[in-house]
Parts: sequence; C-alpha cells; structure tokens
Amino acid sequence: MTAQESHDTVSNSSRDQKGDEGAGRPVGAPRRERGTRVRRQRVRAAWLFLTPMLIGLLLVAGWPLLRTFWFSLTDASLSSLEGSQFIGLENYLVFDDGWYGILADSLWWQSVWNTLYFTLVSVSLEAVLGVIVALVLNAHFRGRTLVRAAMLIPWAIPTVVSAKIWAWMLNDQFGIINHMLLGLGLIDAPLSWTADASLSMWAVIIVDVWKATPFVALLVLAALQMLPSDCYEAAKVDGIHPVRVFFRVTLPLITPALLVAIIFRALDALRVFDVIYVLTSNAASTMTMSIYARQQLVEFQDVGYGSAASTLLFMIIALITVVYLYIGRRQLGGGS
Amino acid sequence: MTLRTLKGIVLKIGFWVLVAVLMVYAIFPFYYAVVTSLKPSSELFQVSYWVDSVDFSNYAAVLSQPTFLAAIRNSVIVAVSVVLIALLLGLTAAWALGRVRFRGRTTVMMIVLGVSMFPQVAVLSGLFEVIRTLDLYNSPGGLILSYTIFTLPFTVWILTTFMRQLPDELEEAAIVDGASPWVTLTKVFMPLLWPAMATTGLLAFIAAWNEFLFALTFTLTDSQRTVPVAIALISGGSQYELPWGPIMAASVIVTVPLVVLVVIFQRRIVSGLTAGAVKG
Repeated sequence: MTAQESHDTVSNSSRDQKGDEGAGRPVGAPRRERGTRVRRQRVRAAWLFLTPMLIGLLLVAGWPLLRTFWFSLTDASLSSLEGSQFIGLENYLVFDDGWYGILADSLWWQSVWNTLYFTLVSVSLEAVLGVIVALVLNAHFRGRTLVRAAMLIPWAIPTVVSAKIWAWMLNDQFGIINHMLLGLGLIDAPLSWTADASLSMWAVIIVDVWKATPFVALLVLAALQMLPSDCYEAAKVDGIHPVRVFFRVTLPLITPALLVAIIFRALDALRVFDVIYVLTSNAASTMTMSIYARQQLVEFQDVGYGSAASTLLFMIIALITVVYLYIGRRQLGGGS
Repeated sequence: MTLRTLKGIVLKIGFWVLVAVLMVYAIFPFYYAVVTSLKPSSELFQVSYWVDSVDFSNYAAVLSQPTFLAAIRNSVIVAVSVVLIALLLGLTAAWALGRVRFRGRTTVMMIVLGVSMFPQVAVLSGLFEVIRTLDLYNSPGGLILSYTIFTLPFTVWILTTFMRQLPDELEEAAIVDGASPWVTLTKVFMPLLWPAMATTGLLAFIAAWNEFLFALTFTLTDSQRTVPVAIALISGGSQYELPWGPIMAASVIVTVPLVVLVVIFQRRIVSGLTAGAVKG
C-alpha cells in the first residue's frame, strides 16, 4: 500500500503543489512534504469512503452470486437450504438411464431461444424507432418540449402497470386493439393476443418496444445535439439529398451512442421478467431464462436446479457482453 | 418553383403527421387506462375512446382496500429509504472515484459497472439466503437491502461523472484551509451537487418504485407487498373475470406521481440518463 501511494504521490505532487502556490503558501521543502501528507490522507480517505459501498455490493451482489454458483452444485430446496448435499454437476447434466438435467431439458432450450429471439427483435425495433423519434425531437418545431415530455411517459410507467394496460388493450373479447383492427377490416375475428402461442411473443414485444423506445431515443437525441453543424451546412450547400446525408454523416456519428443504448437495452432484454410474468405468466411459448429459473426456484422450490439455470443465464449474459464489447471496440477502433 | 413549394408543404404535413402519430403512440395507452378507470363496471365492456360520464367507483373500490393502501405505504417506505441509502453511499464513493487518484480506482469502477449488468435472477437464491439469515424476509427491510444491487451502481456512476466536472480549485482551497475530506465533501461539493443528486435520487426512486422480481419473491403476505406486486396479483373469481376497472384505477393512482415527476424534471432525467450511459 505504501509503495502504491508513493508512486501516486510522485505523479500527482505537481497538481497539489500548484494548488498550494495558488493559495500563496510559503515555498520550500515543507510544501512538498505537506503535499505528500495531504495526498496520503486523501488516498486513505478515498478507501474509507469506498468501504460502505463496497461492503454493500459484496453483501447484495458478490456473496449471493457465489452462493448461487454453489447452490447449483447441490440438491438444496427452498425449505432446507442448510441441509443440502453436494451433488456435483447433476443439476446440469447427468446420465441415469437417459440424460437428465437442465442441458437435457427441452423447455430450457426453448426459453434460451425465446430469450434470444425476444432480445433480437425487440432491441432492433427499439433501435430503429428510437432513431426516428430522436430525429423528430431534434428538429426545431413549436411544442418540442411537450412532445419530448410525452415521449418520456412510457418510460416512466412501471413495467407491471404497462403490461396490465396492454393486457387490457389486447384483451381478446373487449380489447381496443381487436376493436380497431376489426373496424379497419384487417382481421375477421378477434385475435387472442396473450393466449395464442404464435401471437403471445409478439404481444410481449409490442409492450417492451412501447416502453423502451424512449430510452433509446433520449440517448440518441443527446448524441444528435452534440453533432457539429458545419458538415450539415456543407452538405446543404452541395445539394446532397437529406436521406444520403443521414446515412453518410449522421448515422456514423451517432453510432457510438446508439451502440451504448443497444447494449443497455440488450442486457435488460436478456434478463426480462416482469412484462412476461404479468402478460403471459409461465406459458411455454414466452418462457424466458429468467422466468424458467424463477419458476424452478420459487414455485417448484428446487433451489439447486433453479440456481443452475441462474448460473447458466449469468454465463450467457457475461459471454454476450464480452463478445459485444470486443466486437464494438474493434469496429470503433478500426473506423477511427 | 410551384412544384418545390408544393413539395415543401407535403414534407411539412408529413412531418406533423409523424409527430402526431408518435404522440398518440406514446400517450394513448395511458390515456386509455384513465378512460377505463373512470367507467362504471356496467359500461366496461363497450369500447369507447373518450369519457362520457365520470364515475369514481373504481377508485373508491381500490382505495377502500386496506391491502392496497398498505402496498402504497410499503412502496413509499422502500423507495425513500433506497434513495437515501443510495445517495449517501453513492456520494462518498463518487468523491473517492471522482476526485482522488489512487491505484485500484479503475478496478473499482469496473466492479461497479459489472454489478449493474448482473441479471437479478442470478443472485436470487443467494440473496434469499442472506435476507433470511438477517431475518428480513417478508419485510420492507429485505427489499431496501436487495434494491441496492441495482440502485447503487448507477448512482455511483452518475455522481462520479458529475463530481469529475467540478473545478479542482474548489477542493484545493479547502485542502489549504485544512478541511478534512468529509468536510470538503459535505460543505464544498454537496451544495454544488444538489442538481445531480436530485437527478440520481429521482432515477433511484423510479427504479425502486417499479421493481417487481425481488418484491414478488422476498415478500409473502399481502400486508408486506409493494405496489407493482399488489397490482399484478389483483384477481377476480377466475382468470377470465379480472376486475379491469379497479386494476386500471390502481395503475393510474401509482403512475400519476411518476408521470408528474417526469414531466416536471424531464431535463434533469435526460441529463442523468445520458451521463450514466455516455461514460459507460
């Protein structure tokens, strides 16, 4: 620790000295010593100030995660967490006159597929819609503040509430969506959005896109407002078509912000739980990894098996994050 | 020339149509919830686009349920406590990460960022054990503790971003005057960081108010539920007889405060969201 501090002191002493001079302190050897002492005191204080936060994160994130990993190797149940036995990888895969375990469970693989499908479709739609909304909000027109405030409303509504509202609007008998579609002659008979296995995933996607698009739009809008105006003036003078300007100038410039928004949204979508639990409960056609894991853990009380599912979910998300960051960094690095 | 003006007019009309479509798309679901909540149960199953006659019976039904009132109380207790804890721990951590150079700072930042990416389900069984060991199961305390997993990382992240933007001279003057780091933080930085703290506090409040998975798993009895769980579990005689009127009334009641907050503080929220994300 002392070696680290003295190393930092050397690299930062000039900054501290400058502060001392600025305040008109007496010059000479004591100043340097004083700077070192202050510096050391500050580093000590920094660790002291970080401790409560680190203890908090250890208590609610680090330790529980390790326990989940451990439970996944035991036969723990919700009623007897303490009396659990180590059973190795049996929760994941075991051969006992046929393969058993999560990796042999077709419902698990379906929930993996559902999660990936949901993430890919909803995040893509949110990115496209988000850019359109951001472009509109970036234009100068009267009432822009009002429109921006309205766009924030879906984001602010609790997920459970938005799922309930859409469940009512998508209701098969009395829902307004079916009423509209029938009125426009687009469908002949009411659709059962949440019960029909081929439609329920789309119902979930509709709700998620509605709720999350404002988030993407805001991040992209912030990037749009920081763009230099001179390239647009140059493009205008040269008479280049606005659509071409968008794809050649605007889109490349907002790509970093868009990528950040997409990774945030993708991480949220990969762990999606609330909207599906409220809209379609434990139906197989919309079961995601989080729903699967919680059902095993809480409803079937099988903590060992559920923890194994949680562990796999964690691994998959970590893997996707690492790959995404790697590709994103390489592409951005190559581009600039 | 006339062709060009015509094209301009068409483009202008197209733009305003687009704005109108987006407005309707954003607002209509909530508007429709309000319309439904103001209907008497006899008219509930006739689709209508506006309120013909105002009827508050659904609101009366919801607000006379002791469990719903308890849920509102629990949600307020949990959300306010979560905000206070996140701000206190976030502010001290942000000072250390934003104002002091020390070895290990990047590692700590990476840990904080990593935790914000945790899927909540991944810690569910471990956290269940922690909460039961601390005797916090089925109480607001368990939720307050567990919510720090997602409020703390972004509080620290956003406050650090804002803390870095403050000029060095302020702190140097305080150091010269012999102020301890704690005094510097509370007397020099906190007054300047009020806007940032309001932003982060608001985001933490919304996140805690809306949380569902932990609230569903770590509470057992109706008296300990929070609002999202209470609304999700409102049920009628059977799956096909959900009391949609009261559900919509309850939804409007718990959402109106959030919508008002968001509309008033939209600028702050936008700055907080972008500060948290741009650095990520």
